[in-house]
Amino acid sequence: MLERQLLINKKLTIMKKMKVLLGISALAVAGFFMVAADHIDAPAVQGGTSDITDFYAFQASSSDNVVFVANVQGLLSPQATSDTSFDENVLIEFNIDTTGDNIENLVIQAIPRDGKMYFFGPTSPGTTGLNSSIETTGAMSMVDITPYGSDAIIKTSNGLKIFAGPRDDPFFMDFAQYGEILAGNATGFNNPGSDTFAGTNVMSIVVEVPKSFLGSSGTVNTWVESKRKQ
Amino acid sequence: MKTLLNIKNIVAVLMISALAFNCSNDDDMNTVTPPMNTEPDFSGLYVQQDQMGRPAVNTVFVSSASKDMFNVTPPSQQNAAFQSMFQANLMALSPAYANPGDTNALGLDAATFTGLLATDVLNLSLDGTTTFYDGTNVLTGRALADDVITVELLLIFGGEDFSENPTLSNDNVDANDKPFLASFPYLASAW
Repeated sequence: MLERQLLINKKLTIMKKMKVLLGISALAVAGFFMVAADHIDAPAVQGGTSDITDFYAFQASSSDNVVFVANVQGLLSPQATSDTSFDENVLIEFNIDTTGDNIENLVIQAIPRDGKMYFFGPTSPGTTGLNSSIETTGAMSMVDITPYGSDAIIKTSNGLKIFAGPRDDPFFMDFAQYGEILAGNATGFNNPGSDTFAGTNVMSIVVEVPKSFLGSSGTVNTWVESKRKQ
Repeated sequence: MKTLLNIKNIVAVLMISALAFNCSNDDDMNTVTPPMNTEPDFSGLYVQQDQMGRPAVNTVFVSSASKDMFNVTPPSQQNAAFQSMFQANLMALSPAYANPGDTNALGLDAATFTGLLATDVLNLSLDGTTTFYDGTNVLTGRALADDVITVELLLIFGGEDFSENPTLSNDNVDANDKPFLASFPYLASAW
């Protein structure tokens, strides 16, 4: 366990160094992999409670349903995971465009309150775009946030399956070697590579939705947003 | 006259209900009042800070000074605001688009590829296989096990047949460090 912690600390130190190097190289090569998927992707959210690390959307184990996953707060060591929590001022909003204009027709909102994650929707939002209210007229579901080290607490409510809590970061990439390439210390990736995100956790929100709630056939456009209470 | 009678009746009914309500209210004084069900506070305005559709788009294609702006530009406005920046950064980054007519393995040249990516939404099929890319299906979702970074490296560096710049087009990390679950919540337990 200590070894793993040391390894993670070492990785984080390397990553901090690489961020410096990347900052320099970014002057020459306009912005490259700062950090993979969406982890610490931009200065305003970097490392904070509203920093989205990843977004997934896929067909569930039942082909009648689809699953949305939003992860926030990346690169958490086990110790950091046990110390962190969802931020009650941060709303996570899944956006679903069913008409092809890239404007949301439906949202599923997730907001933590007192150890529970509340879900609203899917529902048509009162306003689209950058500013949101919590859509309390939408169907409300809630689940206890799973504590670190506990089995996943799952709830089925209003046709949704819902979960919120720490999970292993599902993202994988040899980010360290990529940094070496960008820094000019290497000309390519190693084979095999090394997963820089191994052994780290994220705070995860998972919701499984019947396809019939979203339109049942065709393609929808989806994205996730984090929004902070003013 | 008839109207007056009606009003009287209504007043009488209202008085009876008021009295009835008072009576039951008095009864309540002698019983234990149930605890107040305190509804959490969901009021207020929530303003956007971060957003994400496809993996690594902001990190790869948006210049450092514009990353925050990209996160607060609605997807419907991203193409107009960012496509030319995406294209310039892609061409600066990868030699695979250096010559006229160069495309990636999807047959997309630099302008078309970045035109697709600049609107940062994740397409999700409701009709079957959902994957970022599995050799057959393209951009029908993003599954946990999808090796999205290698797919993106291949589309950025790999050229028309995935054969160009081989040392840059695969990070050789092909799977997660913990197996995913077959059922909800699908993600592996925390370390």
